[in-house]
Amino acid sequence: MLSELPLLSLAIWFPVIGGVAILFGGDNPKFTRLFALTVGILTFLISTQLYTEFNTQTAAMQFQECIRWIPTFSANYHLGVDGFSMPLILLTAFMTVIVIISSWEVVKHRFSQYMAAFLIMEGLMIGVFAALDALLFYVFFEAMLIPMFLIIGIWGGSRRVYATFKFFLYTFFGSIFMLVALIYMHDQAKSFEILDFHKLPLNMHEQMFIFFAFLLSFAIKVPMWPFHTWLPDAHVEAPTGGSVILAAITLKIGGYGFLRFILPIVPDASAVLDWLILTMSLVAVVYIGFIALMQQDMKKLIAYSSISHMGIVTLGFFVMFTLHRHTGNFSGATMGIEGSMVQMVSHGLVSGALFLCVGVLYDRLHSRQIKDYGGVVNSMPVFATFMVLFCMANAGLPGTSGFVGEFMVIMSSFKAGFWLAFIASFTLILGAAYTLWLVKRVIFGDIRNDYVASLEDVNHREILMLSLLAITVLIIGIWPDLLTSIMHATVDNLLRHSTLTKL
Amino acid sequence: MQNVYLWIVLAPLCGAVITGLFGPKIGRSRSHLVAISGVAISFLLSLVVVYQHILNGAAPYDSTVYTWMTIEGICLKIGFLVDNLTAVMICTVTFISLMVHIYTVGYMQDDDGYQRFFSYISLFTFAMLMLVMANNFLQLFFGWEGVGLVSYLLIGFWYKRESAIYASFKAFLVNRVGDFGFLLGIAAVLMACNSIDYAEVFIAAPMIARSTIQIIPGVDWSLMTLICILLFIGAMGKSAQVPLHVWLPDSMEGPTPISALIHAATMVTAGIFMVARMSPLFELSETALSFILVIGSVTALFMGFLGIIQNDIKRVIAYSTLSQLGYMTAALGVSAYPAAIFHLMTHAFFKALLFLGAGSVIIAMHHEQDIRKMGGIWKQMPITWFTFLIGTLSLVGVPGFSGFYSKDSILEAVYASHISSASFAYFSMILGVFVTSFYSFRLYFTVFHGETHIQEHLHETPLVVTIPLILLSIPSVVIGAITIEPLLFDTGFGSSVFVAPDHNVLGHLELVFHNSISFGLHGLIGLPFFLVLAGFGAAFYLYLIKQELPELIKQRFYKIYNVMDHKYFFDEIYQLFFVHCGQKLGTVLWKFGDAGLIDGLLVNGSAQLVVWFASMVRRLQSGYLYTYAFAMIIGLLIFLTWFITTH
Repeated sequence: MLSELPLLSLAIWFPVIGGVAILFGGDNPKFTRLFALTVGILTFLISTQLYTEFNTQTAAMQFQECIRWIPTFSANYHLGVDGFSMPLILLTAFMTVIVIISSWEVVKHRFSQYMAAFLIMEGLMIGVFAALDALLFYVFFEAMLIPMFLIIGIWGGSRRVYATFKFFLYTFFGSIFMLVALIYMHDQAKSFEILDFHKLPLNMHEQMFIFFAFLLSFAIKVPMWPFHTWLPDAHVEAPTGGSVILAAITLKIGGYGFLRFILPIVPDASAVLDWLILTMSLVAVVYIGFIALMQQDMKKLIAYSSISHMGIVTLGFFVMFTLHRHTGNFSGATMGIEGSMVQMVSHGLVSGALFLCVGVLYDRLHSRQIKDYGGVVNSMPVFATFMVLFCMANAGLPGTSGFVGEFMVIMSSFKAGFWLAFIASFTLILGAAYTLWLVKRVIFGDIRNDYVASLEDVNHREILMLSLLAITVLIIGIWPDLLTSIMHATVDNLLRHSTLTKL
Repeated sequence: MQNVYLWIVLAPLCGAVITGLFGPKIGRSRSHLVAISGVAISFLLSLVVVYQHILNGAAPYDSTVYTWMTIEGICLKIGFLVDNLTAVMICTVTFISLMVHIYTVGYMQDDDGYQRFFSYISLFTFAMLMLVMANNFLQLFFGWEGVGLVSYLLIGFWYKRESAIYASFKAFLVNRVGDFGFLLGIAAVLMACNSIDYAEVFIAAPMIARSTIQIIPGVDWSLMTLICILLFIGAMGKSAQVPLHVWLPDSMEGPTPISALIHAATMVTAGIFMVARMSPLFELSETALSFILVIGSVTALFMGFLGIIQNDIKRVIAYSTLSQLGYMTAALGVSAYPAAIFHLMTHAFFKALLFLGAGSVIIAMHHEQDIRKMGGIWKQMPITWFTFLIGTLSLVGVPGFSGFYSKDSILEAVYASHISSASFAYFSMILGVFVTSFYSFRLYFTVFHGETHIQEHLHETPLVVTIPLILLSIPSVVIGAITIEPLLFDTGFGSSVFVAPDHNVLGHLELVFHNSISFGLHGLIGLPFFLVLAGFGAAFYLYLIKQELPELIKQRFYKIYNVMDHKYFFDEIYQLFFVHCGQKLGTVLWKFGDAGLIDGLLVNGSAQLVVWFASMVRRLQSGYLYTYAFAMIIGLLIFLTWFITTH
């Protein structure tokens, strides 16, 4: 019955309309938060329908909706999902519910606008993942900047203005080039359909230009080294919910862009320039890993850790070309790409959870500095348990989701070359080093000061949000087939596209 | 049988989850009841397994529990392989774990983290069982990291102590370095065999024995050697072999029961077990075997030396563990896998006994661990004293005791081996026998005999503490004599261990000795026993008769003492090269790379460039007529010049 409904449109517009309604709905926080939570949960339920009714056997777009939008540009309101976008939509809807719970009574300033911003943001992000029309994608992609700009700019920390501008200009700068590429391809294909772009024949020069245009946009979004410096600033200044969404979802849009645009549209340029991506990825793993080690600010540490983990993601995407050069076939490539997808979902959950943990501490002591804490476990044992669990997941402990993606990408890259896997595996050591050093300094030890002694342990609401995340992290770690089985067909299809030359 | 295997693993997990989540609600006594019964169920079921597989000769069981993930036709799953090797391991693990669970009731009774502790040790038992029962590399790695995690939590159990949380952090990181190699080893196996199931890998292994891989362009390396060495790096981390041994002595910061369970009897044996399990792979690479032999024998001797100068009762035993692990590793290196597992088992019993005995002394001494402050307590704690003596005799290898059978078979095997560097290994291990005897008796005499340094009267520890000691001392005496025949003389491990025909160093044991009695009698006239006696004599003379001599020797050979006191400077070197340089590098990359180059020069630089450019351009739009007129004239001039010169 539900499948008759336009599920994707519902998932996009229901939260947006809900958000707008809150904006005009007055300032009663008790009502607002209940309303927002209802909208969030309903959107999540809608998106779970996508999972349960998803056909895992086909790589074709599912739940498609297509309406003519701007006939002059032959742009359509075309939605649809495959094995890449569906799990990310699910993740978006899930994390929004968590964020709503997390800001329940914490945010005091302009509460209804805060809730509205997140709901609207949710709809726009789902739109990004669901759009099959490049222009529609671009509109959602850019529109998404506005709520995030406001979230950091209004509810952010002391240096929020610098951070917002840096965030906005950085990402906007990147996406301009993408727009140029999109318009160029529109001129060639006479269509804005992304699937038409996949089939569009392009010569090497064109591919190179398009490759770099997209790369600039998505590398900033991911963010890849050396385009990453906006992220630590944005995270540090953003409110907890903003950091969670930023880390959990918006970074994934960059990764998603590689899968949806770069690999299938410009396969030849990707094959020629894969060394560039591999280098950037491996530098991210090692270089950023070392930087994360030295951070004094908890949020900055997790932000750098995010960049390092996303390095594994981009490595997994591009390892297939080296694989092909060394072994003559693409066996192992699926493992790399699916590993990267799992890593994205897992990173969304784990880094989101870690930002929430920092938020829990920040709400109590109003400090993010590691040196202000120490011995938190003494006064907050339940919280400490969660924090240690998520940190272990961040360090890639088997049994948690953090392990699955890293494992798959390392397995795949070993086939492509010993040194690739060797350098990528440094994440095992560095990840454990910076995460557990954080645990050692913040959680364990004797009580550092009177403030720590007076900390109250997590309340029921916080336990609820952290346990939801913990359970999901463990389920994916113990049975990742739930996640990977929906991607097989889509990944095979992607491999067919990106291994065929367009020249 | 599927259900039996499943419950062996699940019973401790249930115990861990219940005590972990609901411990504070259900109270102390119910918590330990739940945890102990979980492990007891496991132990009883493992006896069934031993009966089925070792005594009745049931065929190996290999089956899947569930599929973790299917990808590219490769099935990654969770499943059990139960054969004779597994049976020996699970029986040892669950028995020691059960003893430690019972002992904990007494040892931890005053601790606030009582339930938490039970949850951890049950969880540990679960992880260790997953590790030994795995039928594929993935699950092996699960258990592998799982025991690492619990060990981290347990070493840092007393989280208020700075030294404890430092030790736990260090243990996890050093283990991670090993896991780094181990994971790459698994990746290499997957690449070479396109599967990570033991059964399939072992079938495929002979076919890739001659394959090569180019790690450095132009240099062909044997793929099998690479796989084996990478896997062994993992074993070096877990089983604390030089140079990844540094975490084990520090891990003594944890409560004593876990020193017995994790850092003597089980987790540290994971590496030994893994290599024995992978014998079909290691047999294909003599290079890797030689490497293992050298590492093992170096660890056996040099870590033994350090045991001599320690003054913390637990640290002496910890260095002894390192040294004994070296013996097991060396046995692996000469392809005497059954002997390694045999020693692993006997060592688990007597080392757990020694640690728990030490714990009993520590309880009586109100958590004093310095042996110089003990002495002459044998009368006051008769059960602890007697069981500790049994453990010591077993450890040094007095003929008839368990440790003798296993250690002597290793020495025989190394002696019989023709692999390169076997003679070096034999020499250092024979010397190690003397060292073992010396530090063991030094510890024993200083703690239990000689003049006492204690004012108050000590009391024997309660029954929950002494009963495990008694129960452990029985196998410490007899298990070697009973099991040497089925395990070593007959092909006790059956198909679970593979030895290449020209590596068969244990084959002659049966021909020469026929049974355990003749093996024991022969031991009475063997060189190792004389070395044991020499060690005993030296310790007796130095620590009971001429007690001022050790101090003189220490001053005379201060330089050597200093090197040993710093544990050959491993910690200092690691601190300097990895910790210090790592932090420096991190700071430089952050301050110079990120903040300086990328942010300073590129990001903010380009922003400033825009500002600068805008400020320059702004001058052109000053609003003054004469500026515009001037600009027009200059423009006109340039244009005219260009027009005239080009035409």
